[in-house]
Amino acid sequence: MATSAKPRVATVWLGGCSGCHMSLLDLDERLIELADRMELVFSPIADVKEYPANVDVALVEGAVSSEEHEHMARLIRTRSRCVVSFGDCATTGNVTALRNRFSVNDLMKRSYVELAPGGPAMPSTVISPLADTARPLHEVIPVDAFLHGCPPTAEEIWFAVDALLQGRIPELPNVYLRYG
Amino acid sequence: MAVITFSINGEPVSGRQDESILEIARQHNIRIPTLCHLDGLSDVGACRLCLVEVEGTAKLFPACSTFPSENMVVRTDTDRLRRYRRTIVELLASEGNHQCAVCVVNNHCELQNLAYQVGLEHVRVQYLFPRKDLDASHRDYIIDRNRCVLCTRCVRVCHEVEGAHVWDIANRGINCEIIADMHQPWGTSDSCTSCGKCVLVCPVGALIEKGATVAEMEKHRAFLPYIMTARTKHEWIARAIEED
Ligand code: SF4
Ligand code: SF4
Ligand code: SF4
Ligand code: FES
Repeated sequence: MATSAKPRVATVWLGGCSGCHMSLLDLDERLIELADRMELVFSPIADVKEYPANVDVALVEGAVSSEEHEHMARLIRTRSRCVVSFGDCATTGNVTALRNRFSVNDLMKRSYVELAPGGPAMPSTVISPLADTARPLHEVIPVDAFLHGCPPTAEEIWFAVDALLQGRIPELPNVYLRYG
Repeated sequence: MAVITFSINGEPVSGRQDESILEIARQHNIRIPTLCHLDGLSDVGACRLCLVEVEGTAKLFPACSTFPSENMVVRTDTDRLRRYRRTIVELLASEGNHQCAVCVVNNHCELQNLAYQVGLEHVRVQYLFPRKDLDASHRDYIIDRNRCVLCTRCVRVCHEVEGAHVWDIANRGINCEIIADMHQPWGTSDSCTSCGKCVLVCPVGALIEKGATVAEMEKHRAFLPYIMTARTKHEWIARAIEED
């Protein structure tokens, strides 16, 4: 735990659609309470470029689908005390893993050449190379807790975050165990 | 018919000689998870989710296809059984491609319900992401092998109830798959009557109706005990069946 009084929280967007983050915003007025109870040190909704050290809780959305995701996942693990798989894509691969039945080459051709009549071109530098398969986060790094649903409901997120901010691993009741 | 008395989880129970441990347990409100069993079809003991312990032997027995003997001591709720059940569900999940969020039977799926029953908060074995195919050649239905759990309910209902025997299992182990007729596109099958029974009994989103979209398809299976009772006992009574 960092010396500052408030838990340092990061939320990360790997191979997902950002729906889990949208659901986080569905906490509505509870976000104001959260703002008092934690410090958001890294997030797609915070302008921070580099994943910081001494993170207490990391909520990670999405499957590990590219080389960059894998690098990020390992960085998160070394710099965070508690890592949470945030939603079905992180927990099972889910929709992101639908592409696993195709070869990366076929996928890239389909996306960047066949479906790009304007100016077909394979990306070379800007986009991190895709991994052969999209994988759930816990197949890449050890994970401490799992949130379910595509996306998890605001209630489930609240239940988990409330426990995490008190330094506990949430023991989610069965009503929150819902895939899809 | 002789009546057998024995115990399940320490509770004395009794049933007819021709009733399985599963049937007797259900009559006494003892829940045992099942997947390949379906009221109205023969039992094959394929999924192993209903395994129970019997005192005096280290072997485990599938409750759906084991018949009790006098004074048998049966346990359905030990730590070992709970561990095995969870592992079975994990293997089923990892051997297919299940994306519940975009599945036709989302929220009406027996595999999902089992995952919740066994507390499957994540799958500990590696996902295989196998490359399986989907056959949409039939006019009304689709078989998506990515979601098939190989319970063989479709094989049995088509053979035992419809009498068409379209479905069979090809290959072995991890390569097992459900095939139509002589391993041909379903739509080219001469034996399929398009009755739709296989679609209704399939516990997951592997056999589905065309045109149904995400989470839209709910399968009602009460028709099966209804027609089987009518056929065997000539009694036309609708009765509720347990839907897990
Ligand atoms: S068949 Fe069931 S477990 Fe598989 S994707 Fe569909 S809803 Fe999910
Ligand atoms: S639709 Fe009827 S006849 Fe055709 S495969 Fe299914 S159960 Fe058999
Ligand atoms: S298609 Fe459905 S009913 Fe047939 S074996 Fe697969 S899961 Fe079972
Ligand atoms: S229900 Fe008994 S083995 Fe499947």
